[in-house]
Amino acid sequence: MTEFPRPAPGTWPPMNSPAYGSTRRRHALHPPIAIPHTLSETSAPRFTPSAYPAYADMSVHEGQAAMGERIIVGGRVLDEDGRPVRGAMLEIWQANAAGRYHHVRDQHDAPLDPHFAGSARVFSDEEGRWQITTIKPGAYPWGNHAKAWRPVHIHFGLHGQGFAQRMITQMYFPGDPLLPLDPVFMATPDAAARERLIAQFDLDYALENQALGYRFDIVLRGRNATPMEDHK
Amino acid sequence: MTTTASQTAGPYWHIIDHPEWADLRRGENAAMAGTSITLTGQITDGDGTPCGDAMVEIWQAGPDGAYEAGFHGFGRCASDDQGRFCFTTLKPGPVPGPGNSLQAPHITLAVFARGLMNHVTTRAYFAAEPLNEADPILALVPEARRPTMLARETAPGVWTLDIRLQGADETVFLDI
Repeated sequence: MTEFPRPAPGTWPPMNSPAYGSTRRRHALHPPIAIPHTLSETSAPRFTPSAYPAYADMSVHEGQAAMGERIIVGGRVLDEDGRPVRGAMLEIWQANAAGRYHHVRDQHDAPLDPHFAGSARVFSDEEGRWQITTIKPGAYPWGNHAKAWRPVHIHFGLHGQGFAQRMITQMYFPGDPLLPLDPVFMATPDAAARERLIAQFDLDYALENQALGYRFDIVLRGRNATPMEDHK
Repeated sequence: MTTTASQTAGPYWHIIDHPEWADLRRGENAAMAGTSITLTGQITDGDGTPCGDAMVEIWQAGPDGAYEAGFHGFGRCASDDQGRFCFTTLKPGPVPGPGNSLQAPHITLAVFARGLMNHVTTRAYFAAEPLNEADPILALVPEARRPTMLARETAPGVWTLDIRLQGADETVFLDI
């Protein structure tokens, strides 16, 4: 039996975050109504690689290598007890090395890369582990104010074992000078919670002469309701 | 451990879009018996402006009221320039609720978009469904705001639920 506690205060960004202009007319004025978790929240879609094929390498598209610095990003999907979340589907998307999305509405004056599409789909294994190969994305201007550029980031969408676990987040890179200026990143009040959105540079994920590595562990809502005997 | 913070899906999530996912009668679901319905609606912001960059996901039980027992109950749809989304699916059956209660047929909707730090969640119930009267979740919603969770049959088999993110007639969102 799994329970899905609400996030601790301050660890998630408030829906009304005025420094991020797009929240102004899109956040609800009424607080959401808390409901007990029913089957509709504790069950989740079953995504299998047979129906939702995995593709883990964004660094090559149609047989051609993308421009930019090839990296490996990997980590684990865990619950709040630190136990692996198995079979979680991760949907991943990002801008190319020049900071341009392969998207019709992205009009940023940076080159598109015909060999970079910018999406991946992977599943966590028995230990909650997952891994992708990609290109380090670029920063890009986004118009929130005159010189606003998004810090380098990769989008992650996760589907866990209950629909209450469904979440989308962004992974950032260590040492990015744009982070303290970014209203999306900075909207989360708790500094430790913000730090957990930043990947760790990790040579254990690197491939010799091929790619550097970053580790990004993702913790979904979820806690064992009845302590298991073998759980320390 | 504490959960990883939610971050906005932003305006470029379409890179992972698969328009065919808006049809829940695809794949193995095609063989399922049930009542075929369309679930549609328009998403607007606090100014009444259509949200043309939203991602809507639905999660529902099958016609028998069971989750993932034959019927794959997940769908995703991009809102169009008018903020409209449109799913085709089978009408779900009643679902067991807390204790011995029964939940009226409903479809859970999650909306992700630029400007939404976390997705918002609501449910589409079916107007004039007698089981709505005893639904344990609808009972938690002030009566005056319940209509924002009641899809209306605007044409035979077409159920419409508009989603207002902010302001007058703001949709009831659920903290799940």
